[in-house]
Amino acid sequence: MTPQDHFLVVAPVAAGKEAALRTLLDSMNAEPGMADPRNGVLPFAQFDKLHFARLALLDDALQADLRAHGVEPKRLATCLVFIGDCDGPADEVLADLAERAGPGLVLLFGHCEGFGDASQLLAWMRAHERRSAASFINWAGRTVRQIREESTLQRALAARVPRRPLAAGEAERVRRELAAWVGSEVGGGRLALTPPAPTPLGWQLAKLANLVLVPLVGIVVLPLLIVGAPLFVILLRTREERDPEICPRPIAADLEALQVLEDRDITNQYTALGAVKPGLFRSGLLTVLLALTSFACRQIFHRGFLARVQTIHFAHWFHFADEGRVVFVSNYDGSHQGYMDDFINKVGWGLNLLFSNGVGWPRTRWLVHGGSRIEQKFKYYQRRHQLPTQVWYKAYPGLALVELNRNQRIREGLEQATMSDAQALAWLRLL
Amino acid sequence: MSFALPVELDDIQGLVRFGYKHHTEASFLLLRVTDRDAARRWLASVPVCTAETVEPPPDTALQIALSGDGMRALGVSDTIVDAFAAEFVTGMANDANRARRLGDVGSNDPSRWQWGTGTRVPHVLVLLYALPGRLAGFRSAIEAQCAAGFEKLDCLTTIDLDGIEPFGFMDGISQPLVDWQRKRAAKDAERKDYSNLSCLGEYLLGYPNEYGGYTDRPLLDPALAGTRLPRAEDAPDRADLGRNGSYLVMRQLRQDVHGFWQFVDRQAGGDAGRRETIASAMVGRRRDGVPLIGPADETIEGGGAPGDLNAFTYRSDRDGLRCPLGAHIRRSNPRNADLPPGAPGFISWAKRTLGFDADALAHDLVASTRFHRLLRRGREYGTGVLPEQALGVPSADADTGLHFICLGANIARQFEFVQNAWAMAVRFDGLPSESDPLLGTREPATDGTPTDGFSMPRADGAADRISGLPQFVTVVGGGYFFLPGIRALRFLASPP
Repeated sequence: MTPQDHFLVVAPVAAGKEAALRTLLDSMNAEPGMADPRNGVLPFAQFDKLHFARLALLDDALQADLRAHGVEPKRLATCLVFIGDCDGPADEVLADLAERAGPGLVLLFGHCEGFGDASQLLAWMRAHERRSAASFINWAGRTVRQIREESTLQRALAARVPRRPLAAGEAERVRRELAAWVGSEVGGGRLALTPPAPTPLGWQLAKLANLVLVPLVGIVVLPLLIVGAPLFVILLRTREERDPEICPRPIAADLEALQVLEDRDITNQYTALGAVKPGLFRSGLLTVLLALTSFACRQIFHRGFLARVQTIHFAHWFHFADEGRVVFVSNYDGSHQGYMDDFINKVGWGLNLLFSNGVGWPRTRWLVHGGSRIEQKFKYYQRRHQLPTQVWYKAYPGLALVELNRNQRIREGLEQATMSDAQALAWLRLL
Repeated sequence: MSFALPVELDDIQGLVRFGYKHHTEASFLLLRVTDRDAARRWLASVPVCTAETVEPPPDTALQIALSGDGMRALGVSDTIVDAFAAEFVTGMANDANRARRLGDVGSNDPSRWQWGTGTRVPHVLVLLYALPGRLAGFRSAIEAQCAAGFEKLDCLTTIDLDGIEPFGFMDGISQPLVDWQRKRAAKDAERKDYSNLSCLGEYLLGYPNEYGGYTDRPLLDPALAGTRLPRAEDAPDRADLGRNGSYLVMRQLRQDVHGFWQFVDRQAGGDAGRRETIASAMVGRRRDGVPLIGPADETIEGGGAPGDLNAFTYRSDRDGLRCPLGAHIRRSNPRNADLPPGAPGFISWAKRTLGFDADALAHDLVASTRFHRLLRRGREYGTGVLPEQALGVPSADADTGLHFICLGANIARQFEFVQNAWAMAVRFDGLPSESDPLLGTREPATDGTPTDGFSMPRADGAADRISGLPQFVTVVGGGYFFLPGIRALRFLASPP
């Protein structure tokens, strides 16, 4: 399998260039927020390893909320972020981007502070790259090519499958006939089903090391955790009682600026930014919890679900510890309202674990209760912290995760040598 | 701190509690304010029926709802209007983003509506209900009273089809049972079973909702309201303009009865039995209201007696073999709990909560129905056509349909969610590209994939799929209104 990777290039926008940059970003879109896959600046469609990509501007408007904690916020320059999810090492994709879309990237990053020579593009991007603190990949190993090929396969099979009651024992025969037909289509070059690439050894070893090391560290620090638990509880509960909630209703114009970008495809984008609560306790707790999230996503949650949520393609938490900020980005199926209701109703506890370390989060109890379940405050909070995603690209418009997963099962079933009649029937019913 | 005040039925408009089913005659006046003072005078004194039980029922009942534009036209300050829900403030038809969400695109585009956009946004919606034979006189009396302050944009007439909607199916069967006694404690707790009992705060502002919280609404400085408005339960130092009020969503849905039955007939190859089967599959009930799920004999809190047309869930038909997943009533009310069902005990609960129970996860795409319920109060209009007649040549005055009306405390989480995430959603519950068989616009997806199919899963083979569904229902008008409590209505009629 080919592992998925991500990149994030972040750089402050040079003084006086923000307006021009916004115009440039808008020029890349076919409709509000939706990248023209063949736009002249960054023709995303030419890069067939790219699943999703986005360009957005991070401002520092909400830094002012820190005053509620008695901290005078630092002024932070507006930053341009370029984020992508890709097949194979991100470094290779960045190099490919620099090579084949160099002039466009130079034009974009030319609006940033300290961008010098076009010949230094790749080095400059690498120097401004940041890794996520945790990343969720819906299905590790599923490539863009696989998604596209399996979608074509599903359409072909759905049009061909007999839609009538089958006699007992007939299902497996029908399945084999379909499999034979697909075989001949593939042989004739009318359908493509590229076999998966071998899994890189380095990646496997790194995953294994992660699987061993994280629990090992856990065991080593366990005595400390036990000894420190009472103190932790006191520190946590006093903060939970005291930390200010900052959940005013979002300004109508800000909401409009977000909504105009939404519901133009079955999948939507989400970019949010917030300051971490000041003090070592919260930043330390967040660091630990993000590390655990990262571990869980890497080892467990990469087979179609993040706890009960099954509608997120990719999600990343970027922890800019030096600035005390977190950027959260995701690509999800359905509308914003549905996404948030799913979050509250299915994984409200998980949101609280991480985001209650952010300034202004609705009041939590014991780290998991309350918070996002305080519906009205949570909905205001998350909208207020959301930023418009100026340019957003998805490599497979119109496709949702339910069918990516189903198409994968269709292909797997096709490749099986024999099936019982019940299995074959279940497979046929996927079509 | 909050304190639970008794429910003041005399401060709540009757429509929240009653469907006025004995009042088989109804008309809806769409008014615009032309003379502010006259309009205010009328609204300040017009008798409005309340939620108190009156025996025998009154001959006539009048209800009043206001749009955001209407409040401004009456001179209500922007500060107050803007404190209502954002959806209400913007309105149903004034936002292209909302139109995309609701499926108001293509032939549903608000620019084609008969009312509901621009200068055809009603300021005041007057709902008139009357016992048989009493409407005409009542309506002309009210229209005469309104003439001084308002211009009549339209008067939407209705027809009594005896509980049958124009396509020929029994309608209005599923309604939430509102917890008027506030039996259920106001707290946030996971519910393991589907319940038809629904918190008062899901339909009335000022009361706790299913999350145990209070939906946002205008809370005013008591100095501004004096004793004219009730105090807020959750903020006793504030006057609650929302309390006892509900948002009223209205959509005029034109139904192509001929188109529906003729399409189904073609699919059935002219076979009458097959025609009924396909039509029922699209609805999820037979024409007489019996759910396809089979004998409705579950015990559901607030769901009526076993055997009742409403006493069922889809737990025993997870794959949609008896009632297709995409059937209209299944999309509109999936009847599930907060967590997919599973074995009792902590281990099973934890596995389902963390997503480790693959079987539960496979049936967890749609959950927590209780946050997305609607109190429906619609009425049919036009001329009734029997399905058998619909197979013939359409008559000239075939304009018939439904004045869809629903009440709720949260437009976004209730009406808009049901419309967007369930009815119009082309991947509802994992379905292949198809939207509601009755309501769908059939607009293709972004990649050009058609959405005009309908799947009927079967146990012994690949699902039966109908394709090429035309649009059967067209939106021709609509708006978001606020159905205020009585004191709030009088307050809005003479704002500070």
